[in-house]
Amino acid sequence: MSYLFDNFFSLTLTGLTLGAVYGLVALGYTLVYGVLRLINFAHSEVFMYGTFAALWAVMLLGGRSGAGVGSVVLWVLAMLAAAMVMSGLIAVALERFAYRPLRKRNAPPLIALISAIGASFVLAELMGLRDKLAKFVGLEVVLNNYVGRARDNAALPEIITPKPVFNIGDYAVTNVDILVLIGAIVVMVFLDQFTRRSRLGRGIRAVAQDPEAAALMGVNRDRVIQVTFLVGGLMAGVAATLYLLKIGVTRFDAGFTLGVKAFTAAVLGGIGNLRGALLGGFVLGLAENYGSALIGTEWKDVVAFLLLVVILLFRPTGLLGESLGRARA
Amino acid sequence: MIADRFKSLPLAVRILLWVLVGVFLFALPLLNIPVITTPDSDFGGVLFTVATYVLVALGLNIVVGYAGLLDLGYVGFYAVGAYSVAVLGSEHGHLPWLLTVPIAVVAALVSGIILGAPTLRVRGDYLAIVTLGFGEIIRLTAINSDWLGGNAGISNVPRPPSIEIGQIPHLDWSSGPPVVDLDTTTTFLKFGISDQIPYYWLALVVIAAVVFADILIKDSRVGRAWEATREDEDAAELMGVPTFKFKLLAFAMGAFIGGLSGALFAGKQGFISPGGFPLLLSILFIAAVVVGGAGNRWGVMLGAVVVAYFPERFREFQDWRVLVFGLALMLLAIFRPQGLLPPRRTIRAKKTDEKLEALEEGTTSA
Amino acid sequence: MPEDLTQTQQPGNLATRASGSATGTRILEVDDVTLRFGGVVALNEVSFHINEGEILGLIGPNGAGKTTCFNVMTGVYQPTSGTVRFRGEPLGRRKRFEITKLGIARTFQNIRLFGNMTALENVMVGADTHHRTGVLSAMFRLPRHRVEEADGRARAEELLEFMGLTKVSGELARNLPYGDQRRLEIARALATKPKLLCLDEPAAGFNPAEKAKLMELIRKIRDQGYTVLLIEHDMRLVMGVTDRIVVLEFGRKIAEGLPAEIRDNPAVVAAYLGVDESDAS
Repeated sequence: MSYLFDNFFSLTLTGLTLGAVYGLVALGYTLVYGVLRLINFAHSEVFMYGTFAALWAVMLLGGRSGAGVGSVVLWVLAMLAAAMVMSGLIAVALERFAYRPLRKRNAPPLIALISAIGASFVLAELMGLRDKLAKFVGLEVVLNNYVGRARDNAALPEIITPKPVFNIGDYAVTNVDILVLIGAIVVMVFLDQFTRRSRLGRGIRAVAQDPEAAALMGVNRDRVIQVTFLVGGLMAGVAATLYLLKIGVTRFDAGFTLGVKAFTAAVLGGIGNLRGALLGGFVLGLAENYGSALIGTEWKDVVAFLLLVVILLFRPTGLLGESLGRARA
Repeated sequence: MIADRFKSLPLAVRILLWVLVGVFLFALPLLNIPVITTPDSDFGGVLFTVATYVLVALGLNIVVGYAGLLDLGYVGFYAVGAYSVAVLGSEHGHLPWLLTVPIAVVAALVSGIILGAPTLRVRGDYLAIVTLGFGEIIRLTAINSDWLGGNAGISNVPRPPSIEIGQIPHLDWSSGPPVVDLDTTTTFLKFGISDQIPYYWLALVVIAAVVFADILIKDSRVGRAWEATREDEDAAELMGVPTFKFKLLAFAMGAFIGGLSGALFAGKQGFISPGGFPLLLSILFIAAVVVGGAGNRWGVMLGAVVVAYFPERFREFQDWRVLVFGLALMLLAIFRPQGLLPPRRTIRAKKTDEKLEALEEGTTSA
Repeated sequence: MPEDLTQTQQPGNLATRASGSATGTRILEVDDVTLRFGGVVALNEVSFHINEGEILGLIGPNGAGKTTCFNVMTGVYQPTSGTVRFRGEPLGRRKRFEITKLGIARTFQNIRLFGNMTALENVMVGADTHHRTGVLSAMFRLPRHRVEEADGRARAEELLEFMGLTKVSGELARNLPYGDQRRLEIARALATKPKLLCLDEPAAGFNPAEKAKLMELIRKIRDQGYTVLLIEHDMRLVMGVTDRIVVLEFGRKIAEGLPAEIRDNPAVVAAYLGVDESDAS
């Protein structure tokens, strides 16, 4: 208990930073579920691919520590662009190849889930086997830095040296923390506005509420679904960049645990509810940290799962209630 | 269809056929048939693994196929069964294997009820995630609890009791036609460390018992209630079906069988650890049911054979196993969602749909 | 009394005055029931009763609350206020299947059969309402299972014959023609041994000949001792087969009485034709 109090601020800040990442990834789950009633199991891999794209972008550009602000900004922007493009692409490809054929055949939910799980495995394994795949095409030497030791951690060069900027209580808030939190909030605000004001955003809400009526109103369901996946992917790309900056490493299976936690966050906030996803992310990040301070860090993951189970049992509509369809985004 | 032609044979012939099938299955590991036998691993052990998957598939079929409940955490029940045997027989007790089994299945049953009672009121896709969470909680608890052996696991798990009646020789095909090899034998009935075949035989007996019970239960009020609940839960309730009770029953029975399979596994393995119960296993179990045909007991047994056997048979492609598996799932979902042996309802429905379509096409193309 | 005279002057009704009609025992009482969904008032202080052995019609324009009323009576919804009493006892918070066991059965506006089960199996599910066979009885084929199974099957076959469905008893419900499906739903509901049978638009989609047969069927059902509550839109059917009628509009009861009275009731006519006094300009 005393550990919790002594380290309250560090636990809170790290909880919020990680929670921001959870929230951004949770957006993808909540958007897709709101529109398709599908749990996009493979969204965790959408995120994971984003982390690798960001990593490779930095490696390609020769990122290293101790460079000037201009270079750092360039690298971070490159990470962002690469991750968003990669995640967006993977998300759209998923929709096109794994889910749309099922939708067209009116497949039952269990089957869609099976396809999602299959896609998740395929994507993760492709990344985890990239060294062997590269060998097939004889590129394993040339691309060694990118594909070597495919099942190990891949580390990001430390392009931003974490420097304490100011203190809250016992915790020294670093420049990285600020970047992550502010970046996440900016993106969240942007998305919020997008769904409320733009035509596409309204389309998404309409399809979520009543697909047939939306179609009758001239909303192109296929297009809306595609955009939903894309937006979810873009958000995951942002999350991937921030995650990589904060954590510093990624791996072919980095998606799994984070994906479950992000899904927990989505459910926690009210699946289908965008603001709920973000709120859920923060709540989960904090709960995890406080929980593990109380019962031991090895139980950290259990806290997330327990929270998931408890929420689904006692308040399945989540903190803010399911409401992608209703105007309360 | 095959099933119909089979049913039309006289009873005596049907029984004879089943006996022949039974003898073949028991003899299978001894026969060492060339293409089927696994080159890289002990065939007896592989058959045992396949048998545990078959048992699990039967149990999961009740939950997913009959009652229509999505369970992604079935490995949890399997683990409860295995750990019960290990804890009572090795870590915190010295009970013989045979005594631990009833306790293990009851423990699994109880855990099924504990998990099911609150969660079965929850919507279908949420149920899937809650069960997934449960499976992971079990695994993580095992890792973090010293009294469950922690990460290192529990060893010296008791084995089923042995009696030595005789030696049964294997067949040897190394020089062309099969020759009875008197040097390579299996002791009937010794549950030792090296020869896995007796465990396989034990599993076969258990499977037979479970299949019998399954047939009897499905063809009764219980089976009807499950089907009605799966078809239209609200309508079923209004027609007098206590749907919650039956859903919980399905869950509990599935848990029971899962625990039984886990207990068998622990008895053969002699050693268990949390690493043996990953989420991947739950997914494989579900895959066995879906691939085989959810709702058809023979289908899911076939599905289990496919899911458990092929990775062992082609072990040299070990690295690619998960990738191929994922691809197979995606393709299956698109092209054959009803599985290899869909339940009679889908076959009949499809046949009638085809007839209707043909009729329609006949009139419209006129 | 004046009402009785009017009744006997109704053609067709003479022949249907069979046993048990209007005995005076109230099998169902809806007592001041209000049902609110958020801001919407679906039922507003609705009160009426059903006498044992009668055929009561529940009519009203679309959206009047008829099916909602059914749902309250069968335990699908809990009323916000008011009580529903079945044979004198309030339904309370009983579960739906318990209410079915008590003796209220229903059919659905949109047919809700168990599509992938055969016609016989569908009806047997209804018959299982009063059975208690469980896993152990089934697994060991104990006497309870055998007796209940035989009883259920016999009852199901009997009901299928009553409905004229014996020929299709082995067909999957989803493959049956529309008329058969409607009749199968009724058979399934009857299998639960109800005292009160609620039919929700049983004639929807029928042609006049089929409707006439349905009227016959409903009378036969009543003659067997069941009480029937009927939601219908077809006025001729309602007038021809019911003993009394309750009219709902916008969740309120606006009229109640004999068919002839209802037919001539200006409020009822207005409700259906949508004549609004303030519109008269």
